[in-house]
Amino acid sequence: MSRFRAVLDGIRQRRAKAMGLFVTNGFPSLDATVPILHALDRGGADFLEIGMPFSDPLAEGLPIQRSSAHALAHGVRIVDAFHSARAFRKHSETPLVLMGYINPILQYGVSNFCEAARSSGADALIIPDLPLEEAELVEEPARAHALDTIFLMAPNTSDERVRAIDQRTSGFVYAVSVTGLTGSRLHHQMDVVGEYLARARRLVSRNPLLVGFGIHNAAAARQLCRHTDGFIAGSALVDIIESAWCDRRLRLGDRLALVEQFARRLASGRES
Amino acid sequence: MKGPDDRGRFGPYGGAFVPEVLVPELRFLQEAFNSAWADEAFRARYHRILKDFVGRPTPLTFASRLTLALGGARIYLKREDLCHTGAHKVNNAVGQILLARRMGKARIIAETGAGQHGVATATVAARFGLECTVHMGVEDMRRQRLNVDRMRLLGAEVRPATSGTRTLKDATNEAIRDWVSHPRESYYLIGSVVGPHPYPVMVRTFHRIIGDEAKRQLIDAEGRNSPDMAIACVGGGSNAIGLFFPFLVDRSVRLVGVEAAGEGLDRRHAATLSCGTPGVLHGALSYLLQDSEGQVQPAHSISAGLDYPGVGPEHAFLKDLGRVEYVTATDREALDAVKLLSRTEGIIPALETAHAIAALMRMAPDMAVEQVIVLNCSGRGDKDMNIISKEDVAI
Repeated sequence: MSRFRAVLDGIRQRRAKAMGLFVTNGFPSLDATVPILHALDRGGADFLEIGMPFSDPLAEGLPIQRSSAHALAHGVRIVDAFHSARAFRKHSETPLVLMGYINPILQYGVSNFCEAARSSGADALIIPDLPLEEAELVEEPARAHALDTIFLMAPNTSDERVRAIDQRTSGFVYAVSVTGLTGSRLHHQMDVVGEYLARARRLVSRNPLLVGFGIHNAAAARQLCRHTDGFIAGSALVDIIESAWCDRRLRLGDRLALVEQFARRLASGRES
Repeated sequence: MKGPDDRGRFGPYGGAFVPEVLVPELRFLQEAFNSAWADEAFRARYHRILKDFVGRPTPLTFASRLTLALGGARIYLKREDLCHTGAHKVNNAVGQILLARRMGKARIIAETGAGQHGVATATVAARFGLECTVHMGVEDMRRQRLNVDRMRLLGAEVRPATSGTRTLKDATNEAIRDWVSHPRESYYLIGSVVGPHPYPVMVRTFHRIIGDEAKRQLIDAEGRNSPDMAIACVGGGSNAIGLFFPFLVDRSVRLVGVEAAGEGLDRRHAATLSCGTPGVLHGALSYLLQDSEGQVQPAHSISAGLDYPGVGPEHAFLKDLGRVEYVTATDREALDAVKLLSRTEGIIPALETAHAIAALMRMAPDMAVEQVIVLNCSGRGDKDMNIISKEDVAI
């Protein structure tokens, strides 16, 4: 079993919930990313996702589209994800997931990518445009370098397919909360999301089940966590980071404190 | 060569690299398409609408003065510019809207570059009473103002795509995001032989009528059922595949696809097959204009319909096989070609089509006078008059 899976299982054994937090690498700057990761770590994240920006991120809503475009405009490259991971890893054992679209990984070379990811301290990969049917491209090289590959399920995924995802995923099953983009608004449809997650819970038996997309606050996290082993937030954090860094009156310490505080508030959603 | 396999692969290219939400939708789409195309009644309906509404068959026009002017092979124009709405795009729009109705969808989503696919989609959506949203880059909305007005008049919502390069690539991103957000009620009516499986094969199926008709018409015109050369412009590649498909198995037919060289291949261009490398964009593995980091690079062409950094996966395969030659024409050459066709044949072609004519101008003179070329005259140029009159001071 992977180190990452062991961490998630440990949380489950304590009857607690896991919180994963996402940031776009190099947003608002490469200098800021590692301090932000540490702030989130202090704020209680059980694992962190480093988003590798892509020019055409199909599954992303506006916050992550904007943060990705900003990072690319400032010259952020794939190797910078490894640099961020390695720098973070020097001071923390919190698991790290790399999130990115398939094309940059293909161009880097899948096997080289997995090797570099692992040696820089990453634990797992999430590739949102790599469904099971195309996944063999990555699964074997990832396994060879001891990286988990996390697959996503969605509300319109059939029961049979959810079981197949549960068979093939490693780390956890990522339940996308809605048929929509990251950062979608959930508040009108909490009941529907709850029913879907209850179905997911019945079907996913081999892996932890985490929910993500559209979780903006602790109340939403708390409500959705009832059916899952934890949650992931991303767009809401990107928004917080954007507003903290836009406020010119704030110094770096103040900004990081805001980020840490936001993580801490979200973390309270883990408690029922 | 017929491809694709059941995973949507043309050789190594194609596939379906999409978010999980779209996987079940693509499967429904494929099942619906397979059952529809196997259904005689569906095909009869499709062909009847192409005849009564679109105006098919389109003529195969012998271009006598162009032939004379170039002094080589005999040139025929497959007159897709005479289709209702002014371009070949409507063949596919008719086929897919019938499919959308069969699937019980209430709303149509489309992307458009030059606006021809958007207009074709808005037209069939109006014809069948379906709600329609067309995503279009703001840069293209500016360049193709007339088509924006046409789509709105037809009752479609034209939604400006403001991300990235604000052209076809970004309009396609927005259309896919719209589909990801509303998969149950919406049908994504893609406009070229691009995107995830089964779109490339489906769009090809709805456009092969171009080549099928040309083949029959050549028998009447020349007493032969294949030309020596077939030539068409390639952005995503739908009009080219439509013309080429029936001739792919006939190795005696030279097939030429013409990409947009923009300002020149060493400057800004949209020559994906000529200068790109394999990569994944919009759900398919194909050639792509990208940097060494795998970030998609902006394309450039004077023609909004060719201004796309990707290309259909079947074209990628045909290039690797060497079955189709892919050449290029610059913005300047396309403008010259517009003028030549207008003045020799009385046909004002779309700027997209003009790229094929530009390559023809280089190739036809070297061919023998008894040889026959079919050029896909994929669209008419009314929509481009602003650009043509602005760019071409000597008009």
